[in-house]
Amino acid sequence: MSIFADAQIWNSTLSMAVPLALPAIGGTFSERTGVVNVAMEGIMLMGAFFGVAFSYWTGSAWIGLLMALIIGGLTSAAFAWGAIRVSADQVVLGMAINIFAAGLTAFLLDTVFGFSGTPPTTPKLPNVSLPGIDKIPYVGQIFTNQSILVYVMIAIVILSHWFLFHTRLGLRMRSVGENPLAADTVGINVWRLRYAGVIIGGLLSALGGAYLSIGVLNSFSVNMTNGRGYIALAAMIFGKWTPLGSFGAALLFGFSTALGIVLQGNGVSSNLLQMIPYALTIIALTGLVGRSIPPAADGLPYDPKR
Amino acid sequence: MKALRSTFLGPIVATLLAIVIGGILVSAMGYNPFSVYGSLISGAFGNIPSLGNTITASIPLVLCGLGIAIAFQSGLFNIGADGQYWVAAAASVWVGYHFTSLPGWLHIIFCLVVGMLVGAIWGGIIPGLTKAYVGSSEVITTMMLSYIGILLARYLIEGGPMQEPGSNPQSPEIVQNTQLPYFNQTLMQSQLSLVAVAITILAAVVAWFLLYKTTIGYQLRAVGFNQRAARYAGMRVTLYTVIALCLSGLFAGLAGSVQMLGVDHRLMDGFSSNYGYTAIVVSLLARNNPLGVLLAGLFFGALTTGGQNMQIISNVPAALTDVLQGLIIFFVACERIVPQIIQWYRRRRSLRSGVAAS
Repeated sequence: MSIFADAQIWNSTLSMAVPLALPAIGGTFSERTGVVNVAMEGIMLMGAFFGVAFSYWTGSAWIGLLMALIIGGLTSAAFAWGAIRVSADQVVLGMAINIFAAGLTAFLLDTVFGFSGTPPTTPKLPNVSLPGIDKIPYVGQIFTNQSILVYVMIAIVILSHWFLFHTRLGLRMRSVGENPLAADTVGINVWRLRYAGVIIGGLLSALGGAYLSIGVLNSFSVNMTNGRGYIALAAMIFGKWTPLGSFGAALLFGFSTALGIVLQGNGVSSNLLQMIPYALTIIALTGLVGRSIPPAADGLPYDPKR
Repeated sequence: MKALRSTFLGPIVATLLAIVIGGILVSAMGYNPFSVYGSLISGAFGNIPSLGNTITASIPLVLCGLGIAIAFQSGLFNIGADGQYWVAAAASVWVGYHFTSLPGWLHIIFCLVVGMLVGAIWGGIIPGLTKAYVGSSEVITTMMLSYIGILLARYLIEGGPMQEPGSNPQSPEIVQNTQLPYFNQTLMQSQLSLVAVAITILAAVVAWFLLYKTTIGYQLRAVGFNQRAARYAGMRVTLYTVIALCLSGLFAGLAGSVQMLGVDHRLMDGFSSNYGYTAIVVSLLARNNPLGVLLAGLFFGALTTGGQNMQIISNVPAALTDVLQGLIIFFVACERIVPQIIQWYRRRRSLRSGVAAS
């Protein structure tokens, strides 16, 4: 039990939850408007790579972050175009984005930076401690020396919950994902809200990717997201397609990762611990405990002309 | 013939578009695109060893692709062929180094059957039953089980029961007489096995026959084409959902078995090979036709082998082939836009000629 009393594990749980919670909330926005999004992994990779590349080229991690968001946004716009305008199969498109992004970032890493990888002089985003709170024993340690994006994430969790469930626009976005025909009938522009949902999703996924490359580290390596986009997908489902739920699931999954690292060498296989998120997701989907049900029109293209 | 042309025109145009964009990308990075693609092609087919490697590399892609094609034809998306491949690989390796008293051919069949069964169970039981009874998306369940399967295989050789004594994360080697014989090692210098090739072609023919010439196949396709109509016609949709996913996993499992018996001979780290994902591209490019999967699989096998040789010859990272793959699927998925563009163009032209006439 001494492991749990150590604030350090909660500190790392919080930091491991960031690259899961951000894309999971992004996916929530996308799927709430009715577009199935499995492209989080690829968009995270794009954000991670271009975040580092532009940080290095411009010497400013903030510009790197901005470019990560822009390129992540553009990638998700291409996905959105295929999914919404062309009514292409959304899962297939998502796979296309993932394979393309993995290839492109590996290709550019080699051709632009060579085999030595991204330069060690690349700037990173600052770490901050919350003034005041960091003096409180135990709780303070959790919020000490965390990347600034950790606090951004907490703000995003609260804002997106408020936006989706307590504003008129949020209600409209959700209506488009539940019953697009009804939403269209009352004059809501289905396509525009779906584009918005997917692109917000892309921005948040890119932010999650940039957190890995210029928030925690200052470098990019091939396939550095290492399946986090898929765990985020699991977190979104386990969190029942809500921002608060996604955040809770991300904390749980982040905790299992942190626990795996602590327990390494104690005879507990980290491979088995890593199965937890995936197994929980299947259990949540099959409804053994509190079943997760997707938005009604999730994955169904909508053609306003019909 | 016209039907055939219109069926495969889309994938061919998608591939050409991807090649053009890939060419622009490599030129932007300062390479000569013609010599890059030249080294890609010669790396895949240029000499006898590379040809052997290309065929060898295409075998797991074709076998996984067949499974995915069967699922697609039944209206289901098996995104988790990778996990099915690895649990089946682990199972057949285990069988391959136990039961040493069996005669060779029987032992090989035993390994393959166990691999197929394990793949079918992994891919079919949980995703199939949950899809059929509570409507859980098989995309998510197969994907989650895929990760669990890969972690399980990894666990088995990293401190688990299948690890060979010593510190290397690998299983013991399967016994000699279960290893599929290489074809003319002096000439080919590759791990090409004619038995594996024969199994692959046979599997494609069986899948084709099953889908197009049997009642089960007809019903699978009917359920995939229109589930409601199939149910109305009295077909047991739940049963066929489970059967389709089991069959899908069975072929992915066969892929794992054949790869272990023919090439790897033991379970070891290679978990990032992503056969299951490339096989989705293979199947989509082949329009989910088992015989087309043979060709598309060969194409992607060539892309894999050619990409590795290209990296050695012209220093262009092999990751370029992933870029091409991603673009190809994107364009194949988006090809619905083409008729819309043609229609838009015709309308605009008729408008313009109408204006000119008046």
